[in-house]
Amino acid sequence: MKAISELNLPEDVRYTDDHEWAKKIGDVVRMGISDYAQDQLGDIVFVELPEVGSSFDKGEEFGTVESVKAVSELYMPIGGEVTAINDALADAPELVNSDPYDGGWMMEIKASDPAELEALKSKADYLDILKG
Amino acid sequence: MKDKMGTTGLIFNEPLLWEKGSPGRKGLSLPRRDVDETPLDAALVGDGPDFPDLSELDVVRHFTKLSQWNFGVDSGMYPLGSCTMKYNPKTNERQASIPGFAGAHPLLPESLSQGALELMYDLQGYLGEITGLPAVSVQPAAGSHGELTGMLIFAAYHKNKGKPRTKVLIPDTAHGTNPASAALCGFTSVGVKSGPDGVLLPESVAELMDEDTAGIMITNPNTLGLFEDNIRQVADIVHQKGGLVYGDGANMNAVMGIVNIGDIGVDVLHLNLHKTFSTPHGGGGPGAGPVCVTPELEPFLPVPRVVKDGDIYRLDEDYPLSVGKVHAFYGNFGILLRAYSYILSVGTYFKEVSQYAVLNANYIKERLKGTYHLPYDRPCMHECVFTDKHQQEHHVATLDIAKRLMDHGFHPPTIYFPLVVSGAIMIEPTESESKETLDQFIDAMKQIAQEAVDCPDCLHESPQFPKVRRLDETAAARNPCLKG
Amino acid sequence: MRYLPHTKEDIQEMLQVVGAADLDALFSSIPDECRRKEAMNLPDPITEWELNGHMDCMAASMGAPPFYKVFMGAGSYHHYIPEITRQLLLRSEFFTAYTPYQPEISQGTLQTIYEYQTLVTRLLGMDVANASMYDGASGLAEALLMTIRATRRKKVAVSRVVHPLYRQVVKTYFAPTGFEVVELPVGTDGRTDLSGLADLGELAGVALQSPNFFGCIEDLEAAGKAIHTDKKTLFVVGFSEPLAYGLLKSPGACGADIACGEGQSFGIPQSFGGPGLGMFAAKQKYVRTMPGRLIGKTTDRDGKTGFVLTLATREQHIRREKATSNICSNQGLCATAATMYMAAVGGTGIRELSRLNRDRAEYLKASLAKAGHTSPFSAPTFNEFVVRFPDGFADTWQALLEKKIVAGLHLAPYYPEMSDCWLMCVTETISKNTIDSLVKEVVK
Repeated sequence: MKAISELNLPEDVRYTDDHEWAKKIGDVVRMGISDYAQDQLGDIVFVELPEVGSSFDKGEEFGTVESVKAVSELYMPIGGEVTAINDALADAPELVNSDPYDGGWMMEIKASDPAELEALKSKADYLDILKG
Repeated sequence: MKDKMGTTGLIFNEPLLWEKGSPGRKGLSLPRRDVDETPLDAALVGDGPDFPDLSELDVVRHFTKLSQWNFGVDSGMYPLGSCTMKYNPKTNERQASIPGFAGAHPLLPESLSQGALELMYDLQGYLGEITGLPAVSVQPAAGSHGELTGMLIFAAYHKNKGKPRTKVLIPDTAHGTNPASAALCGFTSVGVKSGPDGVLLPESVAELMDEDTAGIMITNPNTLGLFEDNIRQVADIVHQKGGLVYGDGANMNAVMGIVNIGDIGVDVLHLNLHKTFSTPHGGGGPGAGPVCVTPELEPFLPVPRVVKDGDIYRLDEDYPLSVGKVHAFYGNFGILLRAYSYILSVGTYFKEVSQYAVLNANYIKERLKGTYHLPYDRPCMHECVFTDKHQQEHHVATLDIAKRLMDHGFHPPTIYFPLVVSGAIMIEPTESESKETLDQFIDAMKQIAQEAVDCPDCLHESPQFPKVRRLDETAAARNPCLKG
Repeated sequence: MRYLPHTKEDIQEMLQVVGAADLDALFSSIPDECRRKEAMNLPDPITEWELNGHMDCMAASMGAPPFYKVFMGAGSYHHYIPEITRQLLLRSEFFTAYTPYQPEISQGTLQTIYEYQTLVTRLLGMDVANASMYDGASGLAEALLMTIRATRRKKVAVSRVVHPLYRQVVKTYFAPTGFEVVELPVGTDGRTDLSGLADLGELAGVALQSPNFFGCIEDLEAAGKAIHTDKKTLFVVGFSEPLAYGLLKSPGACGADIACGEGQSFGIPQSFGGPGLGMFAAKQKYVRTMPGRLIGKTTDRDGKTGFVLTLATREQHIRREKATSNICSNQGLCATAATMYMAAVGGTGIRELSRLNRDRAEYLKASLAKAGHTSPFSAPTFNEFVVRFPDGFADTWQALLEKKIVAGLHLAPYYPEMSDCWLMCVTETISKNTIDSLVKEVVK
């Protein structure tokens, strides 16, 4: 597993305590799991995502991510309605391992309260959590 | 250094069934046609399944070769913790194949099924005596099925009291099945952390137990191989709040004749006949998971019950509070029969069975504890749990140790379980293994520990001798190929 | 005791290593208040030959073939078990292994179960099959719970001609869940009456059995269309006689989303009702909501083909309370027996055997009809069927037991309105001559 110093934690996304990230792209907010989360899970074999059009509150479970011998729930960093999911993950779930912030994004939502995004953790705050 | 027991032999390749054969061959004796063909509506008729056509010898060679790629208890020591891989006596198979039993239809009239009913009735009696919980149903088909039955009894009991409850307490040392069984019955599971010595603390239970909690599920001895010595206090706390205590009897092999489960406050217990009572594991089943309960809970047991009226054995459906049926018929009778045969053969020696199982585990624990890290250094029951902590500095993990054991001719122990111990290696030798075999196993474990220092890559590259080497489980899960 | 290897000397040496004074001292961690005070009251051990004699005597009281002619099916069928199945199953490498957690030394079990999964999908016309469930009844209960997971609806419907004992098990499984099970009535032809389906509201799943408990072959294609009028509802096809699918159109070909049933007919002794084999298959898109163990194909480090347990994240040991079921194991050895049986009977053989089962049963049906004992139902049947007998047949039935004939199953306990009906079954193990002798006794 990676040492904390080896983790790829971009400055331009916001993080949650559950290791999801979120980032504003135009009108929508894109989300996925952090480099730390993918590294802990190991080889990811399946990502279960909701249907486009469904809505979730902040903190609600929206899907799961599975490795061979573990399964982890995914929680909404902020509330909103799903506008797109990353179809590429159906055939290539390993993108979450190799490219967690780009090719391995999970879904896009229309935020119900944009202020929720601002309240998420910065890279520095997230690093503090990881360091315990 | 002695030779390893594992070696290479001539291992055959063998294709998949449908890559063999030739259309028109048959491997089964078919009766001659002595009646006319009758027409059937063509809309109902299908093409028939695409099975290969094989000769009898094709089939015999195929499965004989496949069997040679397997390791069983008859091949060597199989110290798979929590699974009690003891010797499966051959006589049990002889008894199960007697035509009167093997060919018996389950719906025969009682007058034509007295032998089978008597066997089940007597088995219930023996299991009641061994556990100290006198009311027994042998219907559940496996341990997890027994657990489900136990949780159904919890639900039915509280419903009958007029106050259904919604939660069940489950310690962190429990089998993963426990929460799944509870969930099937609509209960929310509430985790209880075990104390620093690896056993439950009464105060942790007291904190969580309330009048909306149906009870607690306890594995005793627990999955660390330790006796839950606070069980009486824990049971009292649960009972005081009107709850029930469920005992997962998967580890019963440690305490027969030593502990009366009924006396320590357990209300419902399931047994795994394929563990404690020697019936074969069969590559994953069939097993049997009878439930034993206190007289108070007897009315809730599954129906039909096997009862005795004078000299006649009967099936009785008249238990209005029963949870109902959990199996189409009476459970895995063929497995019950093997357990019965084992009990009659062992008879008064059951206490020795447990004593030797515990002796063997403690012997391994003492002889390996300098070599491998022992997270809980206290007397164990029928299994002991080590970790890979000492080997990690050489970049050798539990998985490597397990794989290398195969090259030495042993089945690996249970690994990475229980979850509360990181890198767990859980060894359950059972009473079946002699001192010489245990010594060979201990030697192999010590050699592996030495190899971890001298040649870590030898371990990373193991196993070397089996039919296949380490398999790509990630690829299997990413692109599932579940049929040919 | 021949199963216990330790000598006194072994015990002494080992106790010394452990540092315990005697065997009792090994249990020092058990508080005194938890110790058993009296010895267990168990009989003295008996010898191997005494055991043989005792078991032979008990078994002699059983009304089983070859001494009895049993015309009874109802979910447990007397088919011939080839000697190769019996002997190959006793290969102790299969017999005394456990769950293939360590695939490198379990390829025998793993390839066998992969073959089992494949042959089951081919038999039932489905995409994926699991490594098996406990039996046909618990399999049906699990299938119905699966329809609830897949659709997030709360109600299922089950035909009244699904095996009555399977329906009881479904009831048990559903009792504490809060989900509802409704029953679909039987039509006058002996098939499920689906005309009221639309009035039942939103259903997660609808389960039929074919051949059903009365032996009637359901019109699965029509049923599938009717059930799928609601696109979300899953069509569950159950069975207790898999041999029928050597002849009949498969559940998959008729639109089934899940097919599940009892596989005992394929090389597994009846053994007073268990162990059996819960065959369980589904469409590909439901694979992750399926209960039970799955075996998948992969490669090893050297690129050699091998098999492993896979998609385990659905299961109890990982997903705990959110698992698709609490089932841990499968009926491994029974699935192995069924694989051997399907391999031995083959594609050509199963068509022939399946036909013969039906034809012999039709012969009995026609012979009884000639004597005035007809079936109340008009739907075609496979290897069992219902017959209506005149008053007094219960006495005849009882008298026939004395002649070592079990002339079918009385339906009164299962369908009180059918107290004059019996369910008769004929398989390939009952010859025309035996059928003739039954008819002679019945029409006397």
